[in-house]
Amino acid sequence: MSEARFGQAINRALSDAMAADPSVILLGEDVARPGGPFGVTRGLLDKFGPERVRDTPISEAAIAGAAVGAAMTGLRPVVEIMFMDFVTLTMDALVNQAAKARFMFGGQGSVPMVVRMPHGGGINAGPQHSQCLEAWLAHVPGLKVVCPATVADAYCLTRAAIADDDPVIVIEHKALYAVKGELSDAPTVTPIGRARIARDGCDATIVTYGGMVPVALAAAAELAEAGIESEVIDLRSLQPWDEASVLASLAKTHRLIICHEAVEAFGVGAEIAARMADAGFDELDGPIVRVGAPFMPPPFAKTLEDWYRPDAAKIVSAVKKTMS
Amino acid sequence: MRLVREAEERLGALFADGEIPGFIHLSIGQEAVSVGVAAALDKHDTLASNHRGHGHAIAKGLDLNRFFLEIFGKQDGYCRGRGGSMHVADLSLGMLGANGIVAAGLPIAVGSALAHKLRSTGHIAVVFFGDGAMAEGVLHESLNLAQLWKLPVLFVCENNGWSEFTETSRQLATDPQRMAAAYNMRALAVDGNDVVAVTAAAHNAVAQIRAGEGPCLLECKTKRVRGHFEGDPQKYRDAGDLAAAAHSDPLVRCEAQLIAGGASQRAIDTIKSEIKSRVDAAVAAARAGALPTPGDAFAGVYSPIRELSS
Repeated sequence: MSEARFGQAINRALSDAMAADPSVILLGEDVARPGGPFGVTRGLLDKFGPERVRDTPISEAAIAGAAVGAAMTGLRPVVEIMFMDFVTLTMDALVNQAAKARFMFGGQGSVPMVVRMPHGGGINAGPQHSQCLEAWLAHVPGLKVVCPATVADAYCLTRAAIADDDPVIVIEHKALYAVKGELSDAPTVTPIGRARIARDGCDATIVTYGGMVPVALAAAAELAEAGIESEVIDLRSLQPWDEASVLASLAKTHRLIICHEAVEAFGVGAEIAARMADAGFDELDGPIVRVGAPFMPPPFAKTLEDWYRPDAAKIVSAVKKTMS
Repeated sequence: MRLVREAEERLGALFADGEIPGFIHLSIGQEAVSVGVAAALDKHDTLASNHRGHGHAIAKGLDLNRFFLEIFGKQDGYCRGRGGSMHVADLSLGMLGANGIVAAGLPIAVGSALAHKLRSTGHIAVVFFGDGAMAEGVLHESLNLAQLWKLPVLFVCENNGWSEFTETSRQLATDPQRMAAAYNMRALAVDGNDVVAVTAAAHNAVAQIRAGEGPCLLECKTKRVRGHFEGDPQKYRDAGDLAAAAHSDPLVRCEAQLIAGGASQRAIDTIKSEIKSRVDAAVAAARAGALPTPGDAFAGVYSPIRELSS
């Protein structure tokens, strides 16, 4: 067991996957010589050479499309998209090609590619460098979407994504890159689609993921002082998501709050709320409450961005609302 | 070429009769391009196709029965009835799929070429696209990336003069040769209705690509005979343009070349008759094939789950 930062854990996962499998390659803008805009791929060029660690032109559409072709021809490409906002430029390759190839070719083959992308605000990067667009991708049959919250999961989910035979989107919250945590010397695999109970509780269930997990834990600590014990579920994987774990927690607490940094409307929380209102209807003792960003682009100014992003206070009031 | 023509003429008739669902795009009049280029390829060279891709698939050697079964939407088709005309693929033959999105095959071929290079397979990737694709942004990114990384990929532009319902002269401010030059890419232009010329040019281009000299753009100047899709009345085309297209039929030219080269009309007629029988048999098999049922509809959306090890 050793201490590592979240970004370092991803780096180690990439390095270990590349060492274990020569078909794994990295593609992205400034991932090789500069080591990535957030330093996640630092040192990998020296370890694995310029054939396997490739700085690409600023051509997101071609990079993602090339990953599809490479994956269909025996490689396991890992693409880095510098900011999740730029995923807009890759959408044909992801939605019409990678996601559908296996199905529309009748199961002849798979497209084992990974696309990593940082999302979220907190660094005043403005409307085109701060968005959380994961619901778009989770809405596409054929894609898998994971979003780690801990250092251990940063490693394990990245390895699981690379090992997976289907296209997997790995979403990394920018605010987590520098966070420190424990990383086992021989980490176990985190299967895609399995949630984690980040905190046990019996009064209310807070379902969240990625960068909002520490915020939800802070809210739970504050609520505990008022005698309310919240269970915090870290989804880890958004597509597929662990419906059974959420339902089991709801059956224990009978109250459900879902929070994410993405805008609340039509988000991941909407899907979870709808499923629990159906499958978990008999367990509910209060309204399902969502906590998300308001329906507007992420603003630039610090005062506005701080107001825009969900915080512990908003989660606390959401829990109190459903408890009242 | 005769097989592609026979198959597509039959598809056109079957579509008009309502036997084929959806919509189809025929490459009648452009057969010399797919056949000439495929003649220069090996079995495991990879190929990315497009919506007008029947010729590419047949020329690459796909099984005719499974091809027809798929276009009929049958369970035993190449894609188990999940894809149809615009998605026929045979990954075992390196046929990475027809494609419903204009220019989408270009980056796929570039990535496939990258895999060939890194895995030292000795194979190359080929992509067929029309002149309409030249206006798509990802085409430019793909040409740049392929040339920048000296990838073993052949870009085949089937320049048939039409971008769906609009003349390409009203869509492009440049032309394929200048576009390749802008990316420092080797480019060849050839009469795409002369199968001998296309084959020679393709062999030339492929030999250089296999020798590690990087990508090449092969522009095949051809003519679209049918509409953008079957059922398109082509009211936007004048009669002279359509007549010129029919006049330059690559099969008529090929037959004249064969006769001039000493082939007998009888031998040619025998081949035509054999091909007709093959297509008859494929159509019969497709008609008789079972339709897919919703019972396993989800199969193929995701790969089967397998145990992971760290």
